[in-house]
Amino acid sequence: MAAMFSQNPVMNGPNYSFSDSPQTNAPEGAREHRFDPYTDNGGSTLAIAGADFAILAGDTRLTSGYSINSRHHPKVFKIGGTTADQHDATLAISVVGFAADGEALKERLDAICKMYRYRHGKPMSVKACAQRLSTILYQKRFFPYYSHAILGGLDEEGKGAVYSYDPVGSYEREQCRAGGAAASLIMPFLDNQVNFKNQYVPGSGEGHALQERERNPLSRNEVEVLVKDAFDGAVERHIEVGDGLQMMIITQDGIEEVLLPLKKD
Amino acid sequence: MDHRPQAWGRPRDDVYGAYDGSYLQSGGPKTATQSPVVTGTSVVAIKYKDGVVIAADNLASYGSLARFTDVKRLRVFLGTSVVGFGGDVSDMQWLDRHLNELAIDESYDDEPSPSSLLSASPNKGHGKLNAANLHVYLQKLMYRRRNDFDPLWNQLLIAGLDAAGKPHLSSVDLRGTAFTSPSLATGFGAALAQPIMRRHAPTEEAAAALTREEAVGVVQECMKVLYYRDARSLDRYSIAVVTKEGVELKEDEQLERQSWAFAERIKGYGTQTV
Repeated sequence: MAAMFSQNPVMNGPNYSFSDSPQTNAPEGAREHRFDPYTDNGGSTLAIAGADFAILAGDTRLTSGYSINSRHHPKVFKIGGTTADQHDATLAISVVGFAADGEALKERLDAICKMYRYRHGKPMSVKACAQRLSTILYQKRFFPYYSHAILGGLDEEGKGAVYSYDPVGSYEREQCRAGGAAASLIMPFLDNQVNFKNQYVPGSGEGHALQERERNPLSRNEVEVLVKDAFDGAVERHIEVGDGLQMMIITQDGIEEVLLPLKKD
Repeated sequence: MDHRPQAWGRPRDDVYGAYDGSYLQSGGPKTATQSPVVTGTSVVAIKYKDGVVIAADNLASYGSLARFTDVKRLRVFLGTSVVGFGGDVSDMQWLDRHLNELAIDESYDDEPSPSSLLSASPNKGHGKLNAANLHVYLQKLMYRRRNDFDPLWNQLLIAGLDAAGKPHLSSVDLRGTAFTSPSLATGFGAALAQPIMRRHAPTEEAAAALTREEAVGVVQECMKVLYYRDARSLDRYSIAVVTKEGVELKEDEQLERQSWAFAERIKGYGTQTV
């Protein structure tokens, strides 16, 4: 009889214990707003390794949505120098994606490279630094640094080295890599112009008999022009890329920084 | 009669529904600011030749309700920098208390030595936290809080001078994203005020050529445009000019020379006959 009128859940025994009471006070899916710790700050980066140099480049625009937050916010950093001005640094890193995470990642790696230098009395090798960066990223596997990192330097033989990463630390040494918003626009261009993909020796045959163009490393000047062209193309077709082009050229003599203008529209 | 003594003297389940004790639960996830409640709207700021001009209106809104009309959203730090707060007002007040604490600690550490007092030292304020230092501090604070999933729901503008005595203007948001620019604006100002300010200071060089009067004029113009078009804004505002002489803060300014003539032509403003 009572069950007929009662709106309650079954009461087979003692009730009214607070922990038993219904937990939901809002309909399912009614939560209006949850904090999203990530955003995309746009921008693009690019790195190319040469025979005795490596170039890391990035645009300097910082966006959120359709707004331009800043026209000069560098994405490429020297790391592992003995002082804050990084004048004796031998490595560089570019970070693109979520700017706050990128900044935090760069600062952690810089601190680690500095500690290594103080303890061992020599700068960290790119190979060692590359492995360490992977570990740092993987340590935050379940709350990742939301950034596409590219590390550049010279290897033990003095050859240009570029290591690229995904946000959770899987990495690979490559000849060239584009990252960030316009990566999909720049990367095919690089495949063709750096790795000579789809380039064949004219008149060498037909179909599979075609002979691939011989791959030889590009000179520094060629690469600088290539980088500028890649970014000019990306600026034209991607709204989150523009304002300035920052280049770090890593050679045996140190790291040279170049700042060029890009379209500001 | 209900035979269970636990139920005696309590609201009947069959009348009032089962007791909702969910708010008493101390276990479960920690609650944090999941969305802002009482909010402040835009803050605008621009650099000029020898400092920074920054302004924000005096309104704290509760949703669309203009709830508090005398809230000061520009706060002075150590008499040398100004922080402008957009976003949640309670988080702003927490940050303000935190910064006051920091300022007091810094003042103890930075006690002038007897020798510097005697020599009427020229490096007055040297060793104090400047605006650039404050910017880094606030960036780390905001980023830490986002990592803890307990964000301070604000966007801050920091105005002052850097270590070299050059004008410094920067921004930090609730995710710890930090950047600098010759002019900055939060909230609606990013869409409405930034284009106006960028016309006058497109680059650092252009900003360094602006006079104080020009900069103040531009900021006042921006506040006016924001009052015309931002529904959560007010015509009473605070404006501060930060230079190496210190901070000149006016907290009860009135928007002047408003012209609502344009409103006649726009449906939705004022009375419409058709």
